[in-house]
Amino acid sequence: MEAIPQAWTWLTSGASWSGGDGIGVRLGEHLYLTVVCLAISCALALPVALVLGHLGRGGALAVNISNAGRAVPTFAVLVLLLLSPIGQDGQWPTVIALVLFAIPPLLTNAYVGMREVDRDVIESARGMGMTGWQLMRRVELPLAFPLIMTGVRSAAVQVVATATLAALPGGGGLGRLITAGFARQRTYEVVGGALLVAGLALLIEGLFVVLQRCTDPLRHRRAVRRGRRDDSADANPSGPFKRWVTE
Amino acid sequence: MAGRNCLEANDWICGAYVSSRAQDLVDATVQHVWITVVSVAIGVVVAFPLALVARRWKAVAGPVLGFTTILYTVPSLAMFSLLLPVFGLSAAVVVTGLVLYSLTILVRNIVAGLEAVPEDVKEAARGMGFGQTRQLFQVELPLALPAIMAGLRIATVSTVSLTTIGAIVGYGGLGNLIYEGMSSLFKAQVLTASAICVVLAVAADLLLLGVQRLLTPWTRARGGARRRVRRSVARVETGEVAA
Repeated sequence: MEAIPQAWTWLTSGASWSGGDGIGVRLGEHLYLTVVCLAISCALALPVALVLGHLGRGGALAVNISNAGRAVPTFAVLVLLLLSPIGQDGQWPTVIALVLFAIPPLLTNAYVGMREVDRDVIESARGMGMTGWQLMRRVELPLAFPLIMTGVRSAAVQVVATATLAALPGGGGLGRLITAGFARQRTYEVVGGALLVAGLALLIEGLFVVLQRCTDPLRHRRAVRRGRRDDSADANPSGPFKRWVTE
Repeated sequence: MAGRNCLEANDWICGAYVSSRAQDLVDATVQHVWITVVSVAIGVVVAFPLALVARRWKAVAGPVLGFTTILYTVPSLAMFSLLLPVFGLSAAVVVTGLVLYSLTILVRNIVAGLEAVPEDVKEAARGMGFGQTRQLFQVELPLALPAIMAGLRIATVSTVSLTTIGAIVGYGGLGNLIYEGMSSLFKAQVLTASAICVVLAVAADLLLLGVQRLLTPWTRARGGARRRVRRSVARVETGEVAA
């Protein structure tokens, strides 16, 4: 158990942060990979999910992709990509694996978000003469926003986790600190690296929760509605789980 | 194709590998299965009381769900590494990590499943003189079963996949073979172990789905009259989709 104070000493010493394989460089790599891969996967998955959700097509696809994402081990995909012809190309196996595992949460949440928009609201919008594009941009997107952002948040956390694993087949990032610790049999380095990874994942999760609250286009109106719902909580004992029963 | 040469050629698919290392594959699969089963079983045993506590005392529900969500956010490699100083290089590191992950999914689904039991059904049970324990085991749990089983399936499939990371401490089941194959660039070993891993996940999922069907025969009764009588049951059943 003495590894934890040792890990703290290691984390707080300037020497372990500097150098080509120091914490500073690894943290930089990790953040860079996370941002780039999250951006790529959002650019790939969100338009597809939003259009499919708007059209109400491909629901089975969204569900199956998310199931497949769960069943296929990340580690296996990383190693398979490393051994494939792309494996020789530096960071590519890592980037591809990161994007692949970020897509399921993005796709599923955005699709479900679009489908869960109240059908009556959509009918009214159509009745007002909105075109498909207007309907999507001005009605469906704002209403689906919280779930879309939940997807982005899960994807971001997933990318941080996958980027950590990328160190096993020799990729960069904070996971490298952990694998190096194992190789040198220094438990405090393993624990120190793990603390950094866990901290980063929690920080990113928290950051996206805040971002979601601040950027929600309907944040004021949702707050009002939530207040009203609390008042009638007694009349509706199933409360937040009402969705489960009625849908 | 060249039957014997595929080992020398380092082909992806290699029958000679499967037949010559059958014992390794069986051992790794057995380790993979027991790590998964033990982890999910402990997860269920721990998740049940937690879910019941979270449901009974609303003040506890927030912290319990929040804590399990935080655990779920920690990446697997970091989780196993953080448990390393506690347990040393042992299977306990992997099993404990996997139990903590499964808790998030299981607690959430058990709470949601129990919350979704219609109030009128519970009232009817109370009216019939059911005590709290009897109501829980004979009325609420059976009705919550589809949601609970959905959670169990997700937890099991994720656990099968996460077990591979246990290779970092030498207890990763098929992950050990992938790890070895990675170091020696042995394609057949990596592909075969990965494929068995996916097959295990799918098989576990189907097995649990079968168990769920057996345990909840009423969910298959979709006849008109029956449906009306059993409407409350059918409404809970749709929770399966939301899970």
